[in-house]
Amino acid sequence: MQNETTIIASRRRALASPFIKFFRDNAAILIGLLAISLLIQMLSGNGNFLGGLFFKQSNIMNVLRQVAINAMLACGMCIVIILGGIDISVGSVIAFSGVIAAGMITNYQLPVWLAVLGGMVVGLLCGMFNGFIISTTPLPPFIVTLAMMQIARGFAYIYTSGAPIRTMYPEFYNLGTLFVWGIPIQVIYAVVIVAFSIYLLNRTKMGRHIYAVGGNREAARFAGINDKRILFFAYSYSGLLAGICGVVLAARMFSGQPTAGDGQEMETIASTVLGGTSMLGGQGTIGGTMIGVLIMGSLSNGMNLLGINSFWQYVVKGVVILFAVYIDVLKKRAKDVKSLGKNILASEAAAPAKE
Amino acid sequence: MSGEKMLLEMVGVHKRFPGVYALKDVTFDLSAGEVHALLGENGAGKSTLIKILGGIYTIDEGEIIIDGVKTPIHSVADAQKNHISIIHQELSQVPHMTIAENIFLGKEIKGPLFTVRRGEMVKKAQELLAGYDFHVPADSPLSSLTLAQRQMIEIIKAVSFNARILVMDEPTSSLSDKEVDFLFRTIRRLRADGVGIIYISHRLSELFAISDRVTVLRDGAVIGTRVTREVQQNELIAMMVGRPLTNYYTRTYQEQRGDEVLRLEHVSSGDLVRDVSFSVYKGEILGLAGLMGAGRSEICRTIFGLDPMLEGDIFVEGQKVKISAAEDAIRLGIALVPEDRKREGIFSIKDVSFNITLKLLRQIIRGIKVDRPMERRVVDEHISGLSIKTPSPQQAVGNLSGGNQQKVVIARWLATQPKILILDEPTRGVDVGAKAEIYAIMNELARRGVAVIMVSSELPEVINMSDRVLVIGGGTVRGDLDRHEVTQEKIMTYATEGM
Repeated sequence: MQNETTIIASRRRALASPFIKFFRDNAAILIGLLAISLLIQMLSGNGNFLGGLFFKQSNIMNVLRQVAINAMLACGMCIVIILGGIDISVGSVIAFSGVIAAGMITNYQLPVWLAVLGGMVVGLLCGMFNGFIISTTPLPPFIVTLAMMQIARGFAYIYTSGAPIRTMYPEFYNLGTLFVWGIPIQVIYAVVIVAFSIYLLNRTKMGRHIYAVGGNREAARFAGINDKRILFFAYSYSGLLAGICGVVLAARMFSGQPTAGDGQEMETIASTVLGGTSMLGGQGTIGGTMIGVLIMGSLSNGMNLLGINSFWQYVVKGVVILFAVYIDVLKKRAKDVKSLGKNILASEAAAPAKE
Repeated sequence: MSGEKMLLEMVGVHKRFPGVYALKDVTFDLSAGEVHALLGENGAGKSTLIKILGGIYTIDEGEIIIDGVKTPIHSVADAQKNHISIIHQELSQVPHMTIAENIFLGKEIKGPLFTVRRGEMVKKAQELLAGYDFHVPADSPLSSLTLAQRQMIEIIKAVSFNARILVMDEPTSSLSDKEVDFLFRTIRRLRADGVGIIYISHRLSELFAISDRVTVLRDGAVIGTRVTREVQQNELIAMMVGRPLTNYYTRTYQEQRGDEVLRLEHVSSGDLVRDVSFSVYKGEILGLAGLMGAGRSEICRTIFGLDPMLEGDIFVEGQKVKISAAEDAIRLGIALVPEDRKREGIFSIKDVSFNITLKLLRQIIRGIKVDRPMERRVVDEHISGLSIKTPSPQQAVGNLSGGNQQKVVIARWLATQPKILILDEPTRGVDVGAKAEIYAIMNELARRGVAVIMVSSELPEVINMSDRVLVIGGGTVRGDLDRHEVTQEKIMTYATEGM
């Protein structure tokens, strides 16, 4: 009888597609996102819902363009946080790789494709350095990436002597400013990277091993998983994404700026955590993280539409983060209590004979 | 009971959780200077009962009477006020702090201006320790003690603050026999001092050694209370599982010894493995017995490539092999079910399916597609094959009972079809029914030709399941006993040799 119920339960779950599962698991933050956007729509139309500015096609494109960088970074951050770590160096790495790319074009007249590659390699190397130290020493990720945050920012200033490096080559700035089929090009980059990251986490051995190492590093070792390789990979990936973002941002701003990406790491960590990724490791999805990214982006965009003082925007965002994560924790705790009850039932049902 | 004054009585206690009836009309009593054992399978209601006494849960119906006075317990503070102290399975201590600081945690002796009187605390702690013939400096860090010693500290701490009712939840689950003796001496002393002790353990032999009465719980109800002297082990098992358990140990021995699968020659590693040589054969169960810290787990870790081998050779099926990482061992058909299930075995927040398929990903993930039907088939196969009790394959493993968690770890490795299966304390913290099932699984694997190596601190288990028993002591093989000659005495003689 036990068996029968097990099979029925697994069939029922099999019917629920990943799509439905996504909505069920992220219900709370999805409602939050919807509420925020509806509220902005209402307020920006002065009470006239249809007259609101938020849902206009041009504004939706704006939001997507604004969140693209954060979305790409959050893919790496999500994986790093699932592994129980953190990467606070991404903002500085953006600046470092951006100035290198711009410098390669302006200072050395190198071809654009090489400069783009160069910027990405700088990001990758920074990430590999983080990953190497974190996987081979007991230094905590926060400290290692804090050091990298300083180092990369320092190099960005040293290389530029503090002033932006301008590049006016259309081949370069098009990489950050072009529209393809009416869609900003960085949105397309973001979609590709998000899709790849979802594939990586859900459809590959590497992905499962990431959840395993994040959930219980010791048990992963006992299961024959090379935990060091996984950690090294994750930080390298995060660094590479920061490198890509650095190049894209430099292209969009027609220059490599040593101050670029300042504070970006906090925006990215906030989005990831908003999206239900547990700071304790082992839990989190790219899908949820993207909702977090959209919430942060809609808030910024909406508050600009409403003409809210940008200093106040920090305060509002802080309050929203605190509130949203609290709701999420409450929801998870409720779920735990429910499954605990189920468990007691299961083991008690199992206790009597199985004749 | 009959006119005798009880220290603690619980009368008609009911406790319900959403969807679950955890305790049904439970009546239980404890007199001063008594050790009352509580027995039952996982999920029978023992933990709920303990948590009620500790003030973590509040009863729905019924009465708690202490010293003949009705005493409601609504909070941990209430429990403490009534001198109830609980020694949890997982110790609640701060390893980095000193022994004295741990004993006085939350009850520090205060000096002027928010300071604590460190010297005085150390002196008092030292006196307390001496009172229990426990001679370690009280200002040394707790982390320098063994698990058993830390448990002693926990008990001393509880009793020193006038605990009159002491609840011990599986205190011996990670102790060696020698350490258990030490613990039992302490328990007998407390009993003589008039402390009432509720003692929970899965090890029946211990209950007979230490308890005065035994109460058996099943499905949240009291099945019966017996005087320990007057009850047989079989009767208790039948009360626990609800049916007589005829063959507790399942074992069909082979007529002839199979081919050699694994051979160690003069293997040394770390500080604890010295010049170890032995062979394991196809279809046999090789028991590794010995005291805690004798180096048994370390030998397993070395074979599995988790500890680097410093000297010696390992042969698999006659071929000399190099194992420098767990991946190498797995490729050679070696599997290890680790000792510390929670820390090294399970991914508790992940579901049953994830845990079982972790070593099968190459088969399940094809190109960019996860073969869900195949995944489900494999998982269902193992769930029913090992009779893992779970509401669904999507249940988080952390929510299952110990026995079922262990079966999930075993299933993960069986899925790799190992030739050599190493089980390190396979039945620790597992209830009687699930234990019998794990024995049956081990027997079935040996019958199918798997070479099984079992590390165990439970002598009856070693003696009844093994073809051969190696006694490990001081990191090396001290004795090699055939199943016809093995006895508890022989094992203990070898194990304690030279100590």
